Amino acid sequence: MQKTVTSPLPPRDEAYNFAYLDEATKRMVRRALLKAVAVPGYQVPFGSREMPLARGWGTGGIQVTAAVIGPDDTLKVIDQGADDTTNAVSIRRFFARVAGVATTEATADATIIQTRHRIPEAPLEAGQILVYQVPQPEPLRKLESSEAETRKMHAWGDYGPMYVRLYEDIARFGHVATTYSYPVLVNGRYVMSPSPIPKFDNPKMHMSAALQLFGAGREKRIYAIPPWTEVKSLDFEDHPFEVQKWDEPCALCDAADSYLDEVITDDLGGRMFVCSDTHYCEGRRDAGHRGRLLGTDAGRALTRNEE
Amino acid sequence: MSNAALTPHSSLLSTHSPAPLLTADRVTRLYGDRIGCVDVSFSLWPGEVLGVVGESGSGKSTLLRCLSGLDRPTSGSVAFADPAGLIPDIFALDEQRRRGLMRTAWGIVHQNPRDGLRMAVSAGGNIGERLMDRGDRHYGSIREAALEWLARVEIDPARIDDRPSQFSGGMQQRLQIARVLVSGPRLVYMDEPTGGLDVSVQARLLDLLRALVRDLGLAAVIVTHDLAVARLLTDRLMVMRNGRVVEEGLTDQVLDDPQHAYTQLLTASVLAA
Amino acid sequence: MYVAVKGGEAAILATHDLVAEMRRGDPAIPELTTGQIREQMSLAVSRVMNEGSLADTDLAALALKQAQGDAIEAAFLMRAYRTTLPRLGSTVPLDTGAMAIRRRVSATYKDLPGGQVLGPTYDYTHRLFDFSLNGATGEQPATTLADTPLDTRMPRVPDILGAEGLMEPETPPEGDPRPFDLTRDPVEFPADRDVRLQALARGDEGFLLGLAYSVQRGFGGNHPFAGEIRLGEVPVELVPEELGFAVDIGDLTITECQMVNQFKGSKHVAPQFTRGYGLAFGHAERKAMSMSIVDRALKGRELGETAAYPAQQDEFVLYHSDNVEAAGFVEHLKLPHYVDFQGELELIRRLRRELDERIAREAAEAGVLAAVTQ
Repeated sequence: MQKTVTSPLPPRDEAYNFAYLDEATKRMVRRALLKAVAVPGYQVPFGSREMPLARGWGTGGIQVTAAVIGPDDTLKVIDQGADDTTNAVSIRRFFARVAGVATTEATADATIIQTRHRIPEAPLEAGQILVYQVPQPEPLRKLESSEAETRKMHAWGDYGPMYVRLYEDIARFGHVATTYSYPVLVNGRYVMSPSPIPKFDNPKMHMSAALQLFGAGREKRIYAIPPWTEVKSLDFEDHPFEVQKWDEPCALCDAADSYLDEVITDDLGGRMFVCSDTHYCEGRRDAGHRGRLLGTDAGRALTRNEE
Repeated sequence: MSNAALTPHSSLLSTHSPAPLLTADRVTRLYGDRIGCVDVSFSLWPGEVLGVVGESGSGKSTLLRCLSGLDRPTSGSVAFADPAGLIPDIFALDEQRRRGLMRTAWGIVHQNPRDGLRMAVSAGGNIGERLMDRGDRHYGSIREAALEWLARVEIDPARIDDRPSQFSGGMQQRLQIARVLVSGPRLVYMDEPTGGLDVSVQARLLDLLRALVRDLGLAAVIVTHDLAVARLLTDRLMVMRNGRVVEEGLTDQVLDDPQHAYTQLLTASVLAA
Repeated sequence: MYVAVKGGEAAILATHDLVAEMRRGDPAIPELTTGQIREQMSLAVSRVMNEGSLADTDLAALALKQAQGDAIEAAFLMRAYRTTLPRLGSTVPLDTGAMAIRRRVSATYKDLPGGQVLGPTYDYTHRLFDFSLNGATGEQPATTLADTPLDTRMPRVPDILGAEGLMEPETPPEGDPRPFDLTRDPVEFPADRDVRLQALARGDEGFLLGLAYSVQRGFGGNHPFAGEIRLGEVPVELVPEELGFAVDIGDLTITECQMVNQFKGSKHVAPQFTRGYGLAFGHAERKAMSMSIVDRALKGRELGETAAYPAQQDEFVLYHSDNVEAAGFVEHLKLPHYVDFQGELELIRRLRRELDERIAREAAEAGVLAAVTQ
């Protein structure tokens, strides 16, 4: 029952330039991207354009994707790890309309993956580009509200206050109490926000074969991690960085190595845990893995539209 | 100002290394038409404690801000003998280097603890910050250093996770001192360290400061309007009025045998009070 | 379910149909035309042009219709459209001194050359409902032509003060460089005046009004006098490269406000008044006045004032006055965040469990101790 997940080419809306942005704007974005790749983790200001989608809804990621996409690319868009969340659908429709490119849900088939809040579970490969939507690019913003000051702190590698924050968490809770947007040190130089991905995904950024590009439209910043770059989550030597673990595997595909979403099944405390990466989960089920609730009413409620 | 005035008393020389730690050369700070301080020159040797006295508005706090790198003088220079080599003028350095020195080579104890502490951060975090600034990444040893310094400044180590806002004024001041001293600076600037404290609390703080300066071999510049504080803590004294130094010498000498009319007035007013 | 499982696309399309139905309302009521909005909702049209940064009354009317009268949504439509427009050239700076005046008032002089021209204003209306507007009256409002035309010369008040040397001069920077374009280039801080004025011109009227009010109430320290407010039409001129001389390409209705502020000076510099500047498309007095007060507050850095209040801090004002950006970010909280929320759930459960375990352990140890001492 393998579904066709790569959609045929839709007709492109000829009223707009390919991928919506005009060519001069794309060149401007590409120049910023080149600088970002050359200085991994450094936030490059760029002339972020006003887009027909709302600020905070992925306009940075959309501009980056628009600047790098070509007619032969295959695009995957995910939000919360899922291809079928509302904003992912909306952005995928946007590019299908203005670029006429093929779209897919299959991680391995995509040449460009635009994401909000997750990194796919399947390791990315050389040649793939992961485009992150970033709401707040500045990892130091919670410590220092002035942009002029945070730029100095980056320039001077003045990251002590960031560690004070981690220290405070450990002193109070015994753990670093940051579960997403967990700051990383890129290439041993710049502290960078990985965007609000769960810290579970942080290790996937390290030495990734794929090119990782970050676009913050409202804040007008672009940054990047080139392939095969060191990415280290901030920690103390005696309190090493750890990722989330769950007590049970995915209720649909039995995966024990994926990030799980909690789904409330009734108002009596009933809940189940399922993969946040919907494509990964489907792939495992197609390969014969069966979770505890697959085939039950609760499981069917989550899978009915796949059939 | 004569050369003799720039040299400490010969009896102190034996404990001094040959080069001064800090040399101010004609430091002047003007605010538009208003005078902050004018043509202040002196040298400070390692391990020496210099007091700056004068009434409010005399320019002593302005001088301290210039010496410590917080405020750029309108003219003049501040030289500092860094272990890595002499820095002829700390204001000729770029901001990054100067900020680095302000965190490691010297420290500032502010009159108001709110200016020197992070009030939303625990006592341990406050003390550990300078260590983390310089790259310490071992939670356990940062915490150990914090516990040790809390004990040294006579704060119950069990209060390591409390915030400064839960501390009394005297404890906040001692916490500020621990936060500054943890990174082992050679020089400390203090602006009215006992200001706003009760007399009994002041006495305890003065004892502590005296012991720390003696045990650590610290050099210090202490700004105060309180001549009793000056007598207890300082080796040498500068008296300021209207932004200028009017008298300078060994502390006991200046206080017991004041030469300048203004100093005589100052010492007399203390005696009268 | 919140997450559209594979039916997401159909559900999204259905929201478009539903919003179209809502927009139309009761089909028994005649549909609004954009012409009606342009002519009869002209103050709303002005606001949308200002915050949408595009002077086009027809498009602003269409935006208001499409957005069901939501000014921010309408400004968003204008912005998204304007960003795709090619740049044909730059006009010659507008000469507001040559304005065909419809309204001109000054609070600093009882009378002045050209006089006070009240023009169309709600200032002296009593805010009592005119119930006759409930129905279409079909009547023409009765206005009569004045006996004498307005003076052709209407000097701007700050220019009058400037001629006496009492007003800080406003001269273009060295070489009169092309102004910054914040729709094309990222803003850096501290921001220069051209950047600040652009941001204020497109800033949210309500936000700027609140900031201006804060300056007046005591969070700013400047006491402004409304030097002059003028409304009218100014010619727009362009110099085509191939011609080399200015060509009139039409008129623009604008509102200009210049606030006169308390003087500055020192022992060596003779005291002068300072000013704040506001300019808006269409009739938008509240916007132009707020803008000029905030502009003056932001000039504090150049004038050596300490930035102690929100209205004096360029980062604070510029980052937060853009309502299209602000609305986007506040409203993005509607998007699913369940992945991050799951992370928080996992952590808070773990921390609570660890605390319970510690309390239980300590209680057990205390129990053992108690048993031993007995």
